[in-house]
Amino acid sequence: MSLLVAEDLNKSFRKSGWWRATGEVTRAVTDVSFSLTEGETLAIVGESGSGKSTTARLVMRLLEADSGRIHLAGEDITQLRGKMLRHMRRHMQMVFQDPFASLNPRMRIGETVAEGLRVHEPKLGAVARRQRVAEMLERCGLKAEAMQRYPHQFSGGQRQRVGIARALAVSPNLVVLDEPVSALDVSVQAQILNLLKQLQREQHLSYLFISHDLSVVRQVADRVAVMFAGRIVEYGRTEKVFLHPRHPYTRVLLDARPITHPSQRSGESATLAKDTEHTADSGCAFRLRCKRAQSDCERFDGRLSTGDHAYACLHPLETL
Amino acid sequence: MLKIQDLSLAISGESGSVPAVTNISLDLEPGKVLGLVGESGCGKSLTAQSILRLGEHQGIRRTAGTIRLDGEDIFTMPEKRLRRLRGGTVSMVFQEPMTALNPVFSIGSQLIEVIQLHLKLGKGEARQRAIGLLGDVGLQNAEGLLDQYPDALSGGMRQRVLIAMAMAGEPDYIIADEPTTALDVSVQKRIIGLLRYLQQTRGLGMLLVTHDFGLVAELADSVAVMYAGHIVEYGTVAEIFDHPAHPYTRALMACRPEVAPRHAAFPVIAGQVPSPGQWPDGCRFASRCRWADTACKRPVAEDVWHEDTHRARCVHVERVRQASRDSKGVSA
Repeated sequence: MSLLVAEDLNKSFRKSGWWRATGEVTRAVTDVSFSLTEGETLAIVGESGSGKSTTARLVMRLLEADSGRIHLAGEDITQLRGKMLRHMRRHMQMVFQDPFASLNPRMRIGETVAEGLRVHEPKLGAVARRQRVAEMLERCGLKAEAMQRYPHQFSGGQRQRVGIARALAVSPNLVVLDEPVSALDVSVQAQILNLLKQLQREQHLSYLFISHDLSVVRQVADRVAVMFAGRIVEYGRTEKVFLHPRHPYTRVLLDARPITHPSQRSGESATLAKDTEHTADSGCAFRLRCKRAQSDCERFDGRLSTGDHAYACLHPLETL
Repeated sequence: MLKIQDLSLAISGESGSVPAVTNISLDLEPGKVLGLVGESGCGKSLTAQSILRLGEHQGIRRTAGTIRLDGEDIFTMPEKRLRRLRGGTVSMVFQEPMTALNPVFSIGSQLIEVIQLHLKLGKGEARQRAIGLLGDVGLQNAEGLLDQYPDALSGGMRQRVLIAMAMAGEPDYIIADEPTTALDVSVQKRIIGLLRYLQQTRGLGMLLVTHDFGLVAELADSVAVMYAGHIVEYGTVAEIFDHPAHPYTRALMACRPEVAPRHAAFPVIAGQVPSPGQWPDGCRFASRCRWADTACKRPVAEDVWHEDTHRARCVHVERVRQASRDSKGVSA
């Protein structure tokens, strides 16, 4: 059954000028819908400005959606306030990209991890709480002694382990992971991804995995939603989307993955590709960069097709 | 030729001086790309910056060795000559396109300043040159861009502007420190294409500093792998990818997410790079190495194993190479 359902989420921001917000409005997220079942990992993939992090914040209720609905375990949480909202947060935790910025430098690791428990399990005694924190740190590959130390005494990978321990201490069902490994070295990335997989199995967690890195997503995600200019443009099972992408933008992203051997260097060497990063304001936002674009793309409403493998394109790539 | 020979660097801090880089020798040839690869904390950026003597105000000192540019030692060079060298014969492209440009000056004024620093041109000529440079790096509407501020540009455009600045002094060598790391994937690919285009059409020598083997696969002719302050393996790009001879190189390549098997645990390198000052006397990688034994407790010479262009600092190199042959390159 679906643990999380997002329905037609919309969010726009007013552009900031020198002194005050200008009248201009940027649409960050448009008509975004998806669902996540228990124990599943759904990745939201996109580049900067695609709206993937805004979507994560809307789901976490860190930002208010302009319209749309969010359901967690069958309950509509879109309008929750105050105490109810705090209570709901116990079931839904977030791990941030930058383990350097997301930990309070003046707080001992033990206090950081215990903070959530103080809020959500106030009846827990000090001894029991310390016990839980120590257990959590150990499950995340840290020693219990880490409780006494400060964030600056840890490496990037270790800090990310602390960030994960903090999120999982309150036993959530859903964890939103916002680029959890992109600030880390490749060797450390692998350690953290293995840890996340292991914890998911042990605690039957659902992950909403926000990432720009398709190689990582292919490894961890059961399903993928590809975002471009605030909309989901392709949505389906990971193997399907990677092997038979339908949206031309997904193809571009897949082709941009790093090569794994010098023999794969493109033969057409030394030509100058012009800079093109434009998005269209009307119709399909991708059409200015799209090789398959035709005149009807100017009027396309961006709607996703129906079915398990959905895409928002009038001229999709053929399946083989 | 840019020749680094037996270079050692130390970081001076409150508790005295700690060696950060030991005995590095590298040749950067015109028209060739040398990849310098390793995890953070291996000393690769320090090494790259020392070529232009950039770390000195942060307490990075040379303790031994030389860096010679066409025979001339940069450590004994007069300050004035060194300033002309920076951004002139040798220029740098950094990782952070968001912070490397000054937000309060227009693109044009920053670019024209760099041009006039290196070329004796009047304001009008420098402006024309700036427009030419922006076009050279694939930016459209170059003239309009001159009046824009960095704020108005995307990450990819800013990185192109920085590359244009690096090209302003018509360099022979370019040091690119993680030039694509902070960029979107689709933009990365285009910046790689641009770097290759400039490097090939102008015969630039390039030192490519990165932790990313994908970038090395795209651009490098030869590769030096650094670990804990020294070079552990050196070879042509084909040798490094097809027959890695050092356990660290193999391990680093195996944890790339691109090659990891789906639905299985990622291969990892347990532990972390030892910090400067905590290096053992023997092999510095031994504590994380699955081949390590008592033989690794003795110091290992850089050329303990070498053939033609390929060398590796490992006493178990034959076994490691056999494993690489068996797995046709790299797996765990």
